Amino acid sequence: MTGHILNLSNIEYRWPGRAPFTLTVPALTVFKGETVLLLGESGSGKSTLLSLICGTIQPDQGILNVAGKNITHLSSGARDRFRAERIGVIFQQFNLLPFGSVMDNILLPLRFAPERRIRAGDAATEAKSLCAALGLPDDIIHAKANALSVGQQQRVAVARALIGQPPLIIADEPTSALDATSQSAFLDLLFSQTRAHETSLLMVSHDRRLGERFDRVIRMEEIAAVEREA
Amino acid sequence: MILRLAIASLFARALTVGMTILAIALSVALFLGVEKVRTGAKASFADTISGTDLIVGARSGSVQLLLYSVFRIGNATNNVTWESYQDIAARPEVDWIVPISLGDSHRQFRVMGTTRAFFEHYQYRQGRSLELANGEILDDLFDTVIGADVAETLGYEVGDPIVVAHGLASFTEHRDQPFRVSGILANTGTPVDRTVIVSMEAIEAIHVDWQNGAQAPGRSTPIENIREMDLTPQAVTAALVGVDSPLQIFALQRAINEYPEEPLLAILPGVALQELWSIVGIAETALLAVSAMVVVTALIGMMATIFSSLNERRREMAIFRAMGARPATILGMLVIEAIVMAAIGAMLGVAFLYVGLIIAQPIVDSTFGIWLPINAPTLQEFWVILAVIGAGAIVSLVPAIRAYKMSVSDGMMVKT
Repeated sequence: MTGHILNLSNIEYRWPGRAPFTLTVPALTVFKGETVLLLGESGSGKSTLLSLICGTIQPDQGILNVAGKNITHLSSGARDRFRAERIGVIFQQFNLLPFGSVMDNILLPLRFAPERRIRAGDAATEAKSLCAALGLPDDIIHAKANALSVGQQQRVAVARALIGQPPLIIADEPTSALDATSQSAFLDLLFSQTRAHETSLLMVSHDRRLGERFDRVIRMEEIAAVEREA
Repeated sequence: MILRLAIASLFARALTVGMTILAIALSVALFLGVEKVRTGAKASFADTISGTDLIVGARSGSVQLLLYSVFRIGNATNNVTWESYQDIAARPEVDWIVPISLGDSHRQFRVMGTTRAFFEHYQYRQGRSLELANGEILDDLFDTVIGADVAETLGYEVGDPIVVAHGLASFTEHRDQPFRVSGILANTGTPVDRTVIVSMEAIEAIHVDWQNGAQAPGRSTPIENIREMDLTPQAVTAALVGVDSPLQIFALQRAINEYPEEPLLAILPGVALQELWSIVGIAETALLAVSAMVVVTALIGMMATIFSSLNERRREMAIFRAMGARPATILGMLVIEAIVMAAIGAMLGVAFLYVGLIIAQPIVDSTFGIWLPINAPTLQEFWVILAVIGAGAIVSLVPAIRAYKMSVSDGMMVKT
């Protein structure tokens, strides 16, 4: 399949908080099935860019196409629903609700995405097979999330992002809490799954050594500019 | 699933959540308990006298007559002459009549002259009769039966001698004619507990040497002589009347109120009790209002608990947001959480109430004479639970709206 899963053009967003800044992204494209590493130091606007893509904030200007849909003019509720349906999100750490079971956590996005729930079919079976594919032991599915090791938690987060096969996975430094060996194993599992499901992956990191494993590496400063106000 | 996760989230904070629920439960138990005591006190009050159809006395106000004849508070303005008393007793409607003569006291307790019929006909708490805890009913002229409070306060036992004082709070005593405690009544929770009961004749006997409210100087009739005198009373303070058929009550009441020889008043005890309760009941309502404030305080405590949990739960909210939850869902979750806490608290409060009632019922009955009935939860308790849950939901909107705003501004990114 060709075509893009993500296409940003002339995005401009002014963050209104206590230290206001303006992020501009003239152009960014991720193709279907592509894995892209977005390298950037802290303060380079990575988080803001991810928030824009995920639709929790709205750009002041520009066009933001995700999975073939311009989400710029959607209402915030529609953007939330769109995110639930189309995007799997993996955080740096503390991905899981500590009081929920592994199963609860994996099935959580389906609660907000009816279409994705249908795509997942028998969601419980799907969750179990994803856990197996990610090398998690069978009996872990009913364990409490806070009983898991950090590495296991991150793999559960991957299973949660993959369930119902959203076309795009956004990962925000998912390996930073892992040691070097675990990092490599984690990425192996992540890539094998995204390839198997032809899912696009946009991963943000400050660790350039990871770059060789991705289809493409983009530096934040090449695609975006951050202008801080005094 | 959201509800299950909300409950799991509550379990994860078991200690603070438990404390909050406990506070709500205790406040609800207090509120319902006060309400129980209030209705129990009201019922016990209304049950101070039962089985009596009319109370007859000299014409005054109905509450005043009730106060002095039943509660031994205040004084009669006038007596009823023995002739009038006999006229009423002779009427065909009258099934029984018990005279009451008041005016003397023993220490802080009132002395009441009456007949043995009083023990037969005086009833309280829906048909309970007086029972002796010890000894026997008036046998001798100078016998006295004392209420449970009198016996306990003054430490009297059967056989002890007592001296009756003339008038109330008086220093003049009827020393010449000492009485003997012949019986002690079981606790009733009515003013009978605080009464020294003697016979009508005894009241006459101790006043043999008295004229116009003072002891005639130098006169002291020996007890032997008194026993042989005609001790028919000249007047009674009030009388308790029972009629043959309830249908005759109003006719008899009118006849007494229109009695031509003397201005008399006949009252229905139940009506007068209600009239009196409308005066004293205000304090009870105030108590209820105070305990309602305690419930409000507990709910505000819950609000504070939710508020203080918000910061540590930012991550949790961000996860929900990243998974596609709308800020409104976050708000809803917090309200659900509050509803769950309030509901558990309220229901636990009802449970506490029943446990408390089972423990306190005999103690409250014997100490205060208030009977607290233990019934199945009524519609009223149901409404209280519902109101607490509703108020909890409303109160939780304050932190929930804050969480809503936080989750809008945080989105799925929390800088920790």
